[in-house]
Amino acid sequence: MSRPHDAAAGGLALDVTQRLGDFELAADLALPASGVTALFGASGSGKTSLLRLIAGLDRPDSGGIRLGDETLVDTRRGVFIAPHRRRLGVVFQEARLFPHYRVRGNLTYGMPHASRKRGGAAVSSFDDVVALLGIGALLDRLPGTLSGGEARRVAIGRALLSEPRMLLLDEPLSGLDAPRKHELLRYIGALAKRIDIPILFVSHAPEELTAIADHLVLLERGRVRAQGPLEELLLRFDLTEHLGGFDAASLLEVRVAGHDEAYALSTLHLADGQALAVPRVDAPPGARLRLRVPIRDVALALAPAERTSFRNQLAATVERIDASAGKHGAGHDSVVEVSLRLGEQPLRARLTRKSLDELELEEGMSVIALVRSVAFAERLA
Amino acid sequence: MPMLSEVEREAIAISLKVAGSAVGWTLLPGIALAWLLARRDFRGKALLDGFLHLPLVLPPVVVGYLLLISLGRQGWLGQWLDRLFGISLPFTWQGAAVAGGIMAFPLLVRAVRLSLEAVDPKLEAAASTLGANRWRVLATITLPLALPGVITGTLLAFARALSEFGATMTFAANIPGETRTLPLALYSLIQTPGQEAAAARLCVLSIAIAMLALLASEWLARRARRRISERDR
Repeated sequence: MSRPHDAAAGGLALDVTQRLGDFELAADLALPASGVTALFGASGSGKTSLLRLIAGLDRPDSGGIRLGDETLVDTRRGVFIAPHRRRLGVVFQEARLFPHYRVRGNLTYGMPHASRKRGGAAVSSFDDVVALLGIGALLDRLPGTLSGGEARRVAIGRALLSEPRMLLLDEPLSGLDAPRKHELLRYIGALAKRIDIPILFVSHAPEELTAIADHLVLLERGRVRAQGPLEELLLRFDLTEHLGGFDAASLLEVRVAGHDEAYALSTLHLADGQALAVPRVDAPPGARLRLRVPIRDVALALAPAERTSFRNQLAATVERIDASAGKHGAGHDSVVEVSLRLGEQPLRARLTRKSLDELELEEGMSVIALVRSVAFAERLA
Repeated sequence: MPMLSEVEREAIAISLKVAGSAVGWTLLPGIALAWLLARRDFRGKALLDGFLHLPLVLPPVVVGYLLLISLGRQGWLGQWLDRLFGISLPFTWQGAAVAGGIMAFPLLVRAVRLSLEAVDPKLEAAASTLGANRWRVLATITLPLALPGVITGTLLAFARALSEFGATMTFAANIPGETRTLPLALYSLIQTPGQEAAAARLCVLSIAIAMLALLASEWLARRARRRISERDR
């Protein structure tokens, strides 16, 4: 199993087994001490069970869990730190707000006594969190009166204010409609940049993880299938079926160069200086964005195409060709997958085997990548 | 209350004192046992559950007799209480409170247990991840959410202790000014020729007090429930 390179000493490391009926969880993983890690897998792959073990709500049959230098669980030495002593902020799928406390009471429930009394610093952190999550207007409401998205935000704020060493989010977007989902994703993204504790984000939706995750742990039937930096894993042909299949995508990091208001287009620059034009994005020049480029929306040409509606033609180098793509995710063996490089940036494309043969593509060739669409522009900084 | 006779006032005062004390000494153990039955699995749980329900199905006179055997002056527990604390329970109003409390205990435990079982353990888990230890979870989440049931159970137990007759009569006897509660006073009047009118008055008084207790319980429980599940819609 590949170990992430940046799993620093301060991060979470675990190696546990737990049997639940017919299902066996046997996970061995190490997370970086900062950034957003997505714990990703189909339903029933053991994501939530793993989260419960980390939070201390269940005990593993064997193994250990460490956070930085501290041992949270070690079955061999009989160590089990109770959940209330772990200082991990947990946001559950159903917000689990306390129905008899107002929003303010829910938010302050987990605040350490010292910070509740101390005033000064803690009060500003309360105000900060409330502002960051946009829940200032809800403080005097009872949880029964909140909408789904509002309740999730309050639950996140409540967990944050308990001054946790790590934030665990269990499918915080499930059951929300698309606009609420994007709104909450934006809040979580903003949060991830503001706080310096690691976030573990449980999800089964590929578009969620490409939106905010830096790091990925892929669970399959109770086992860790792969773990590492998101961009690296998104390039692995053998993981395509897990990471979106037909809808799989690669990520491009770009900087906003300017806007063309007449055509409502924005010009984005890649690291190697090439430019992309996309429908107007709501970000000032200079802002860094992460783009999601669906694999099926990238076509290849051997020479720059003229008189075409494809606005985005990027010079790239063929890095690898995977003729067995059909077996993995795309569903039929008429297709192949190609991984490209634009300077340092990786990009994947899917084309038919017939095109591959007609173009006589080989690894190392220079080609033009035609990008039909980009989606999900997410602010990085 | 000028409309009431001296006998009636005394019976009501003793009844309230006895029933109040009965609820007072059973409340905490009742909540603890209800919590144990609602939230823990252990060997002999069914046995304990059955044992707790015995006062509901046994003839009250049996309970009174058992109390006399164990807590009487010659009883093993009674001797011990007398020696260590100089406490003697039989034929005292405190003894009546013990008898009433035991007879009311199953009703209290049942009501509290049902409402504890209705409290979502997921909320308790959420509280523990926020740093609350077991006692804080109990005090801030479990009990407040189970409050409607605790109120119902308390008032039900109060009403049951108020109406206690058989066990009280057997263990604490029918002593005017000490253990003569409303039901016992009523019984005495029925036994006395020519007191039919007085008996009828006590009967009406009993009904009025019981109704008041039940209405108060319903009102308080509804208020507590509304506080928990308030919605704008």
